[in-house]
Amino acid sequence: MLLIDISFYVFSTVILSSALLVVVSRNPVHSVLWLILMFLSCAGLFVLLGAEFVAMLLVIVYVGAVAVLFLFVVMMLDIDFGSLRSEFARYMPIAGLICIILLMELSLVFGVWQTAESAEQARAVITPDLSQVQNTAALGHVIYSKYIYLFQTAGLILLVAMIGAIVLTVRDRPNIKRQDVLSQIYRDPKEQLKIIDVESGKGL
Amino acid sequence: MVSLEHYLLMSATLFIIGIFGIFVNRKNIIIILMSIEIILMAVNINLVAFSSFMNDLVGQVFTLFVLTVAAAEAAIGLAILVCFYRSKGSILVDDVNMMKG
Repeated sequence: MLLIDISFYVFSTVILSSALLVVVSRNPVHSVLWLILMFLSCAGLFVLLGAEFVAMLLVIVYVGAVAVLFLFVVMMLDIDFGSLRSEFARYMPIAGLICIILLMELSLVFGVWQTAESAEQARAVITPDLSQVQNTAALGHVIYSKYIYLFQTAGLILLVAMIGAIVLTVRDRPNIKRQDVLSQIYRDPKEQLKIIDVESGKGL
Repeated sequence: MVSLEHYLLMSATLFIIGIFGIFVNRKNIIIILMSIEIILMAVNINLVAFSSFMNDLVGQVFTLFVLTVAAAEAAIGLAILVCFYRSKGSILVDDVNMMKG
C-alpha cells in the first residue's frame, strides 16, 4: 500500500466523520470547529490530487474567512440551541431512509462506468506537465486568458455579496450622537462667539 | 491504488451527509447553512478529482467559481440571519413567515 493511498484513506475518514459530527453535534460552536477540520482535510485531499492552488485557497478562504464568519455569528447570537434540536429524533428515521436510498443510487456508478473514447479529445485545457509549469502558474494562464470574463463575473458576485451583507446588517440608530462634520465646518464664529467687556466687580 | 471511483464514492457520501444534515436540523438554520457548505465541498471534490484524473485544468477553474459562490452565499446567508435575529429574537425556521406573499 502506497503512502498516497494511506493518505487518501486517512483524509477521507477524517472528512466523512467530521462532516457527520458537524451535522449531529449538540453545540453549534463544536459544529463549526468540525467544519474547519473538514475543510482542512479537504485541502489535504486536493494536494493529493495535485491541485495545490485550490487547496491553499480552501485554507485561506474557507478556514480563514467563512468558518470564522460562522463562528462569529454562532457566538454573537444568544440562542437556546437545545430547543432547536427538539425534533431531531423525529426526523431521524425518515432522513436516514432517504439518505440510504440516495447513497445506494449514487453508488450504482461504482465500478460499472467507463470513459468514452472521445473524452480525451473533449478536454478544454490539458494540464501541462508538472515538471515544466507549476499548478498555480498553469491555472493563472487559464483563468486570465480563457476564462477572464467568468473570473470578472466572480469578482462582481463577491462585490455584490459584500454590498448586500453591509446593507443588510447596517443599523441606523436614531437617538445616538454622532459627529456631523459638515455642520462643524459651516459654523460661523461670528454667530457663535460673543465678546463681552465685563467691568470689574460687577459680573455679568 | 486509489482510483477515480474512490474519490467519487467518497464525495457522494459527503454529499449525502450534507443532505442528511438539512433533513435532521430542520429548525436550526445555522446548521443548514453549514450543510450547504458540506454539499458544495462534495461538488468541489468531484470537480477536482475529475480534473486530476482526466488531466483537464478546467475542473479546478470551476472549483474556484464554486468557492466564490459558496463564500458569497455564506456571507449573505449569515447577514440575513443576523438581520432576522434582530427583528425576531430567534432564528427558528418556523418563524420565517413574515412575508406572506
